[in-house]
Amino acid sequence: MSAKKETLGKTVGVVVAVCLVCSIIVSSAAVGLRSLQQTNAAIDKQSNIIEAAGLTEKAAGDIAGTFDKYVEERFVDLESGEYVEKPEDGYDMYKAAKEPEYSVKVEGSNVGFQQRASVASVYLVKDDAGDITRIILPVHGSGLWDLMYGLLAIDSDGNTIRELVYYQQKETPGLGGEVQNPSWKAKWNGKKLYKDGDVAIQVKKGENANNEFAVDALSGATLTSNGVQNTLTYWVGKNGYGPYLKNQTWKS
Amino acid sequence: MAEVKEMKKVLFGPILDNNPIALQVLGVCSALAITTKLETALVMALALTTVTAFSSLFISMIRTQIPSSVRIIIQMTIIASLVIVVDQVLKAYSYEISKQLSVFVGLIITNCIVMGRAEAYAMKSPPFMSFLDGIGNGLGYSMVLIVIGTIKELFGFGTILGFEILPLIQNGGWYQGNGLLILPFSSFFLIGGLIWAIRTIRPEQVEPKE
Repeated sequence: MSAKKETLGKTVGVVVAVCLVCSIIVSSAAVGLRSLQQTNAAIDKQSNIIEAAGLTEKAAGDIAGTFDKYVEERFVDLESGEYVEKPEDGYDMYKAAKEPEYSVKVEGSNVGFQQRASVASVYLVKDDAGDITRIILPVHGSGLWDLMYGLLAIDSDGNTIRELVYYQQKETPGLGGEVQNPSWKAKWNGKKLYKDGDVAIQVKKGENANNEFAVDALSGATLTSNGVQNTLTYWVGKNGYGPYLKNQTWKS
Repeated sequence: MAEVKEMKKVLFGPILDNNPIALQVLGVCSALAITTKLETALVMALALTTVTAFSSLFISMIRTQIPSSVRIIIQMTIIASLVIVVDQVLKAYSYEISKQLSVFVGLIITNCIVMGRAEAYAMKSPPFMSFLDGIGNGLGYSMVLIVIGTIKELFGFGTILGFEILPLIQNGGWYQGNGLLILPFSSFFLIGGLIWAIRTIRPEQVEPKE
């Protein structure tokens, strides 16, 4: 450590030089890889939708192609249940929930968030003939540790559940994390949301598999199971997709 | 020939004789968190080895120019830049794994192994040896992660790298997964056990009684 390199000028010079070189490296990496990263994020989102659509086997790896062919994104005004135009380019219902002009307050529910978007994206799944076979509704609500984001796939009758796919959650692995276990997910197929127009679906402990309005809760994960229950109750209820499902807007 | 011997020592020494986790007890936090599955442990080990090796290399290259009053900040800047680059590359080429690793890649910046090696070795040694030292310590870290990751995944989930070894009861098998091993803190026991095992093999690592 010679005294020479301790002068103020030298110190500042070295610091500036190091910062300059590092910032060039970091920014070129970020810019150079951005398009690849965006493609990845888009494919990741589409592959979740394809899974909820029950098309994973059919897609056989070609996610983007299958998505373009069989899935259509529409926008629903949740209050009226009617289709609306896309509010703006790059609209994202989870980002919109944070902006006052696009969101409404959530009241009287323990779903776990305070604001939700007034316009939601839904995904319509079509078969080869162009008929709608499933409707995929994005849902989210709090679990034990954090918000859980999922996709609820409903049959075109607007009442029968086909899939409930959670794609983002931070529940305890092995306990609440079992919301992603295929054998638990399979229990949702065929369950009904509504009984005489009211939300009837329940996540219940020790429930008999034959009850078409209830799914057996996850063992060791009561709070996660309650979270799933609250999420569904809210989102298929009158403040969520209720009006949309009741009107069966996709049939008109 | 002395040099080759020295190189070997620098490169392979940290695996058992001078293991960064087991002997230096550095970088334990990340070892606790990301070893639940072997795959994430492997990627984390690779990322950390890359960062340690290159940060040691670059710091050693400019070591004579670094003013000692700001040396820690300069080391941090170089390490942080490398970590961001690694994070960006992971997001671009290995999206699924980068999602699982999430914040832990960013936390390599604060991983004591990287800083510790930069400060203790790279500041005093020529670039190539520092590079080897970085790889060596990365390997030592990897060794611990792989051992812990294998134990946790095998007995917690009954799988190794996602392949089923012990069929779980949930999936119709006979093995009841060990819930404790799935949780991050079980690594405390495992790392403790590992340190014990290493010190039984190499008694010279045991600290003298005070």
